[in-house]
Amino acid sequence: MADEAHGEGGGLSFHPMDQFEVKPLFGGGYDVHWYTITNVTLWLALAILAIIGLMVLTTSKRATVPGRGQSIAELMYGFVYKMVEDVTGKDGIKYFPYIMTLFMFILCANFLGLIPMSFTTTSHIAVTAILGFGVFFAVTILGFVKNGASFLGLFWVSSAPLPLRPVLAVIEIISYFVRPVSHSIRLAGNMMAGHAVLKVFAGFAQVAAIAPVAIIGVMAIYGLEVLVSAIQAYVFTILTCVYLKDALHPHH
Amino acid sequence: MAENTNAAGEVALGAPPGMPQLNVGTFDNQVFWLLVTLVVIYFVLSRVALPRIAAILAERQGTITNDIAAAEDLKAKAEAAEAAYDKALADARAEAQRIAGETKAAIQADLDVAIEKADAEIAAKAAESEKAIADIRAGAQEAVKVVAKDAAKDIVALMGGKADAKSITAAVTARMKG
Repeated sequence: MADEAHGEGGGLSFHPMDQFEVKPLFGGGYDVHWYTITNVTLWLALAILAIIGLMVLTTSKRATVPGRGQSIAELMYGFVYKMVEDVTGKDGIKYFPYIMTLFMFILCANFLGLIPMSFTTTSHIAVTAILGFGVFFAVTILGFVKNGASFLGLFWVSSAPLPLRPVLAVIEIISYFVRPVSHSIRLAGNMMAGHAVLKVFAGFAQVAAIAPVAIIGVMAIYGLEVLVSAIQAYVFTILTCVYLKDALHPHH
Repeated sequence: MAENTNAAGEVALGAPPGMPQLNVGTFDNQVFWLLVTLVVIYFVLSRVALPRIAAILAERQGTITNDIAAAEDLKAKAEAAEAAYDKALADARAEAQRIAGETKAAIQADLDVAIEKADAEIAAKAAESEKAIADIRAGAQEAVKVVAKDAAKDIVALMGGKADAKSITAAVTARMKG
């Protein structure tokens, strides 16, 4: 149905954005209520299954000498645990399950989105905005609960010369409120752009003359996207750790 | 809400307005399912996966520590056993030397007694033999004297003389002394 919307006349048709459409899984049409089971629901559920498969099923044997699957689960655990410990310090460890949840969700959603014909949940600004603003509000509330009014010391750079401090405070406040926006748009933008570029290259494959180049391009971009998927999950997680550190230790 | 989604649905049916990401009509759906997903993942991780992996890692650390301690223990035991073995060996060697010495002394003593006894027996036997030889020699001299007397008497008789026994005995005795 969406195909008709684009110009079919030229023979060369690009639908790079069709892959991002939210559609009901059953019944067709575009009537999406909040409870409708859509392709979003399907791929979020697959992300849950992937995480269960990766973190729960592989460790069911509790082997002292780990097998392949268990090694991966332990690697994930150790990677995020060390990140939380290194960035936020010992008192950030109790927030480790939340950060692990974010990391595993984004990683699995990004990688599932790389399966051809799949739907990339993290390419939607609605999803990443919930993640980004969720982190923002959680960290801000945590900062005030833990430090009280002295949390505002985050914006008062006491190491700078006194006349500069108000200026820096304004900049700090702006940058603080921009954080959730950049945090969420970075992830959605990266995922969306990569997948759209893949589709554009695939569209060029319709022309026989440039098809080999286009297919090589698809392969190259796909490789890049695998890298981007992992890196964006890492970046989102480590920035969450940095924000958490600011909330726990607001003084520079 | 229904009107809202209907409107969005109509827009989507007609012509998707550029980016599906900006189709506000689908936001409530995405947000709802995302929150469900995050809650499920959080409970799966925090209730099952993370404690389990933490337990596995702690257990492994404990096993490694225990194994290292056990290895050190065994090494100490092996060293003690080696020392004990060395000591036992040295003791045994000293004991063997002592027993050898004692045995040698005992044998020497036995030997001395036996030699002494044998010497005495040999001496006795030698004396006896000497006596026997002397007897035999004496017996032989006597026999020679008798034979010589008889022979001298016979010779004298053959030559036609008649010799008295006394002179023959004196002559033989004189001859034999010479």
